[in-house]
Amino acid sequence: MLQVISVLLENKPGALLRVTGLLSARGYNIESLTVARTIDPEFSRMTIVVDVDPNIRAQVIKQMNKLINVIQASEMTDDTAACREMVLLHIRPEHRDRAAVLKEAEIFSARVVDSSVDGFAFEVTGGIGELEEFIGVMQSYGEIEVTRSGAIAVSTEARKLRMQPPVPTRAAQRQEEFDGVPNA
Amino acid sequence: MPTQMNGAQILLECLAKEDVDCFFGYPGGVTLPLYDALYDHPIKHILVRHEENACFAAEGYARATGKVGVCCATSGPGATNLITGLVDSMMDSIPIVAITGQVSSHLIGSDAFQEADTFGITRPCTKHNYMVQKLEDLPRIIHEAFYLAATGRPGPVLVDIPKDIFQAKGDYIPVSSIHLPGYKIPGEGHAGQIRRAAQLIAESERPLVYAGGGIIAANASAELRQLVESQDLPAVTTLMGLGALSSDDPHYISMPGMHGSYAANMAMSDADVLIALGVRFDDRVTGKLAAFAPNAKVIHVDIDPAEVGKIRVPDIPIVGDVKKVLQKLLKVLSEFPPKPRRSWITQINTWKREHPYDAPRVENEIKPQHLISEIDRLSGGQAIVTTDVGQHQMWSAQLIRFNEPRLWINSGGLGAMGFGLPAAIGAQFARPDKLVFSIVGDGGFQMSIPELATIASYGLPIKIIVMNNGHLGMVRQWQELFYQNRLSSVKLDCFPDAEKLAGAYGFKGSTVSDPSKLAAALDVAIKEPGPYLLNVQVTSFENVYPMVPAGGAINQMVLGPVMVTK
Repeated sequence: MLQVISVLLENKPGALLRVTGLLSARGYNIESLTVARTIDPEFSRMTIVVDVDPNIRAQVIKQMNKLINVIQASEMTDDTAACREMVLLHIRPEHRDRAAVLKEAEIFSARVVDSSVDGFAFEVTGGIGELEEFIGVMQSYGEIEVTRSGAIAVSTEARKLRMQPPVPTRAAQRQEEFDGVPNA
Repeated sequence: MPTQMNGAQILLECLAKEDVDCFFGYPGGVTLPLYDALYDHPIKHILVRHEENACFAAEGYARATGKVGVCCATSGPGATNLITGLVDSMMDSIPIVAITGQVSSHLIGSDAFQEADTFGITRPCTKHNYMVQKLEDLPRIIHEAFYLAATGRPGPVLVDIPKDIFQAKGDYIPVSSIHLPGYKIPGEGHAGQIRRAAQLIAESERPLVYAGGGIIAANASAELRQLVESQDLPAVTTLMGLGALSSDDPHYISMPGMHGSYAANMAMSDADVLIALGVRFDDRVTGKLAAFAPNAKVIHVDIDPAEVGKIRVPDIPIVGDVKKVLQKLLKVLSEFPPKPRRSWITQINTWKREHPYDAPRVENEIKPQHLISEIDRLSGGQAIVTTDVGQHQMWSAQLIRFNEPRLWINSGGLGAMGFGLPAAIGAQFARPDKLVFSIVGDGGFQMSIPELATIASYGLPIKIIVMNNGHLGMVRQWQELFYQNRLSSVKLDCFPDAEKLAGAYGFKGSTVSDPSKLAAALDVAIKEPGPYLLNVQVTSFENVYPMVPAGGAINQMVLGPVMVTK
């Protein structure tokens, strides 16, 4: 079964690879992955969809949490998170099907982002899997080209983020002991 | 007033602030500016003969002291040569900071001379790694590296520094604090869990302490001793935990696992409560997992949350620093008087008596166990012993006593041949007061033979004991037992003359094959003020027993040629 993991990590070079490396080292293939900055530019939020053996799921998430650049990795489930994906789809229907295609798009609340004599480009969002249906319907009208964003998830329950406070370096610690007062 | 320095000088300044007195390395093109700065800096650089051995030596230093070991290599081949040592310290949780040079920033990605993607290559081999991109980041990164290496579950941290960063001049602004928002260090453990653990221990009939390298890393030997004494608990220590509890402690059984003792493995199998302290339920300890400690409730204390429940799901998980957890546990346990468990202790003593480790001696040849027992006699539980990997390592782990932690230095998790000799170099630099034995096989010795030059040039009084059976003994043993004795590429039929070899490097050496002359030969080695190479020709076809065949239950040991089952 597919599993959605959300990872909050420091926006640093190599951080993305550290997370994906944990999965690839165990031979897991990533179904989708999205990553972008959060409102704090110091951090990024990553959503990974992957099929991990249920027995070692907790282990993989623990290993992710162990990574120095990771603030928090957690599993997203239907109960605790909202999960969406976007599809950009271009279709070249027969001229006589154009109206029908638009009608179908409307049913899926797809928005037209480009329209020309050649065809349409649609943008549509939905839950993971839901969009398959839209793609299937469109396919029946002609040749399509599809790009999927990969899933993104946001937690819907209150969760405490634990950020570690700064600690003094060894030298500063020694100085502190020497002075008998904490460093300003 | 900030001082103008170049990157190399700033690096050395930061190392000094981290109390680095010496480090092990090998120079090269891109580290020229660093070595130039070293020319008039008080930090001592130990020139080894291969970068892999720089990392192994740094490990020897770290394992002997608990301090962070530091090694250094140039870009490209220098950095790739460090890899085995990095993985080794990762597996055994040894604090290491590795500094590598990198080609200048503008050349990165251009396939420049001696360029390798060190940052990419070492990512899965380290606890964390860095590539320095700006001079002003250098002090912060160096202090972070030391902090990460030494705290939590220790491990190797690599810092890759491009040549232009070494050369760039700037103001040195000391860093006084480290901010790693995602780096959590577990503390003293959950009070409720510790209380539950105390209750379980107090009520147990057949408790057993299973202690590992975590006790040594946490400097928790004193607490471990208090625990076994106050509650009268029998204890086993893993390969990585030898010395965590003195071998002479009456509560100590020995090492469990594939080549562990009969008593240790039987106790593991029969215990009703297993107190696992700083261990990771390694496959060489557990054997067949389904049959491992089948009747035991498990208390697992570890600083790494990912270790707790990784292999065996504990009944009472406690994530925390084992030293702090034990201190709290001892406090709670003091409310409970030690429970008399006479039949359990008697049972363990019977197992011990019935099947001690076998150390045969014969008249016509030196049995390897005879050699190791002689070293044990000379050490008296006091000497530092480093080993390579294989039969000699297992016999050493079985037969040599360690009365304190940080005396036994071996490559446990990775099992890296060639480890023993360079690790002894690091250990001897760390503990110049100690007698250091480097017990190596004739295979592993030849993997790190260039380090004889390092030993000679620094005059390190290491006693190199080659347990020479003319074979890759452990592989040969497996070919004999599991591959119908079809001995394939395990015969080492050329070994240099030890006296001439040592002599060529300017120190003394000899070969002994007569058992009646062994004690005297070892005596000469020890009395020699400088290094000594003693090549001991031992029985070629001796097997290490007891042995739990791979994947077998640990109470199904092969004790010798005859299979003994419970």
